[in-house]
Amino acid sequence: MDGTEQKDERGGVSVRALEIFVAALIMALATLVMYDSWLIGARWGADGPQSGYFPFYIGVLMFASSAIVFVRALVVRVVRRRFVEPQQFRSVLMLLVPSIVYVAVTAYIGIYVASALYLTYFMRLLGRYRWIVVLPIAIGVPVAMFFVFEIWFLVPLPKGPLEDWLGY
Amino acid sequence: MEAIDALFHGFSVALTGQNIIFMFIGILLGVLIGVLPGLGGANGVAILLPLTFSMPPTSAIIMLSCLYWGALFGGAITSILFNIPGEPWSVATTFDGYPLARKGKAGEALTAAFTSSFVGALVAVIVLTFLAPAVAKFSLRFGPPEFFAVQLLTFCSFVGLGGGSPWKTVASMMIGFALAAVGLDTVTGQLRMTFGTEQLLRGFDFLIAVIGLFGIGEILLTMEEGLSFKGEPAKINARVVLDTWKELPKYWVTSLRGAFIGCWMGITPGGATPASFMSYGLAKRFSRNGAKFGTGHIEGVVAPETAAHAAGTSALLPMLTLGIPGSPTAAVLLGGLLIWGLQPGPMLFVEQKDFVWGLIASMYLGNVVGLIIVLTTVPWWAAILKIPFSIIGPIIVVICAVGAYTVHNAFFDVALMLMFGVVGYVFKKLDYPLAPMVLALVLGDMAEASFRQSMILSDGSVAIFWSNGLVGGICALAIFVLFWPLVSEGIRRIFRPRPAGAAQT
Repeated sequence: MDGTEQKDERGGVSVRALEIFVAALIMALATLVMYDSWLIGARWGADGPQSGYFPFYIGVLMFASSAIVFVRALVVRVVRRRFVEPQQFRSVLMLLVPSIVYVAVTAYIGIYVASALYLTYFMRLLGRYRWIVVLPIAIGVPVAMFFVFEIWFLVPLPKGPLEDWLGY
Repeated sequence: MEAIDALFHGFSVALTGQNIIFMFIGILLGVLIGVLPGLGGANGVAILLPLTFSMPPTSAIIMLSCLYWGALFGGAITSILFNIPGEPWSVATTFDGYPLARKGKAGEALTAAFTSSFVGALVAVIVLTFLAPAVAKFSLRFGPPEFFAVQLLTFCSFVGLGGGSPWKTVASMMIGFALAAVGLDTVTGQLRMTFGTEQLLRGFDFLIAVIGLFGIGEILLTMEEGLSFKGEPAKINARVVLDTWKELPKYWVTSLRGAFIGCWMGITPGGATPASFMSYGLAKRFSRNGAKFGTGHIEGVVAPETAAHAAGTSALLPMLTLGIPGSPTAAVLLGGLLIWGLQPGPMLFVEQKDFVWGLIASMYLGNVVGLIIVLTTVPWWAAILKIPFSIIGPIIVVICAVGAYTVHNAFFDVALMLMFGVVGYVFKKLDYPLAPMVLALVLGDMAEASFRQSMILSDGSVAIFWSNGLVGGICALAIFVLFWPLVSEGIRRIFRPRPAGAAQT
């Protein structure tokens, strides 16, 4: 899914190319399912079907259906359509990449601080809001979350150094 | 009438102060998540589910099912005022709803949409009240082969009635089954497809999949569109409501047809989305004003809304009676039942009368309350939609992350959620339906168990699925439904007035 070449009109990944890629990926996944099921036994054991019996046939159906999608996408000639416009893809990445960082960072600094930073990044850099709008929301949302989860519903969320320091 | 007695008993269960408060909270939150992009019935319920573990099951299900009704109502608001379907089943509502709003008749369109939603739901609840006990009683006779046959029917209906490419439906469904098989095989104790990793031991939780596929996936799609909300003003007052109500009885045939299609598609899980398209298509074909459809005609709002709400409601019937959900949201509610320690299926009607009838009674009350709430609070919701996406978007991602984390208190789940988000985004753009994957993930273990038990009963012969009239009949129906697209391809084209590229289940 790298649609990063975005030079001219002909750049980028077409719907057809991605269609083929995804179908191939599902076929690979299906092969993996069949392989693993076969290893643990996909036949009839002494006391009934073995563990891999049902998943093996799931793998077979998965392979067959995605193979048909694959072949159809290869054979059928369609007007070349981009899967996603470069500009659009940039906006998608602008959300996706920070979200990955957000999730990774949560493990170390706790979800409250990470959420505050994530919200700040988004509103300040993408939304270009003034700090007077950004700060109340970036701080208010995690605080509200804290009250709802930790205090009212007694559901613990991941915490980091700041919460330790505050005594939670 | 046994059902009437039970229903009144249900009202006495549902009508406590606490439950009524939960009902209000559920509806309000439901409309909110229906209006917000990226949050919908299925993932909204999934995110709130961990918060209800400490509540009494009856109150919890009342709140969560009301959330579902609220989301069904809420989807109509964004479709009509902003031409953005908040939920896939309200796509057909935009065809006539938005043109009406453009003409300055937003109030009429909203009233019509809410009222027909209400009518659709009411018909479905009445059907459910009288049909559910009978189905439950009947299914007490079911053995493993019958259960597997019903599950087969469920999945065949998705392929046959879901619309879109049947191969992609099958592929998506099989991915769900494969994911469900990951982890410990409870029958033999064998590890399956864990490839030596510790995290995969627990398998894939469908709640995580739902939050990722529908939540993050939707947010990524919204991001792509850049989201410039251009809403029409919503003026709604008692006068507009009453005038519209006077006009609505004219379309009783359309309403009734919509409700019927909805109930049918909800019970045999085609889902609310195809039901709304089918109802719109049929209404356009058979109405005397068919030519006016698409230009802002009230009847074009009535048809899809009635069907969508009827389908959404009746999807709970197979969930309660057979343990087989008819929609992703029903699947999440089913997961909730299991967590609260209730085994869905025929025995639920025998052992948990309070729970079942309390829930059914709350459906009547919830929809009445819902109708009143949405009619009186539309301007607020329209105002919420004016909050820019660069503020609301990240907040929704944070809510999804918290929701995914609280399911098992695991970071790995949050990472999985993002992965499912990317899958959801790509699949939606390539028209792979997501609902079959979710349902297969939920039902995978159950389907496998009943299949295995049947195989053991018959000593490995598939002929057991034709061994008596009942199981044979269900299987025959399943196969008929599976090949339905071939039979009806010609008709289908006429039914769909617009190229339904946006139709996703």
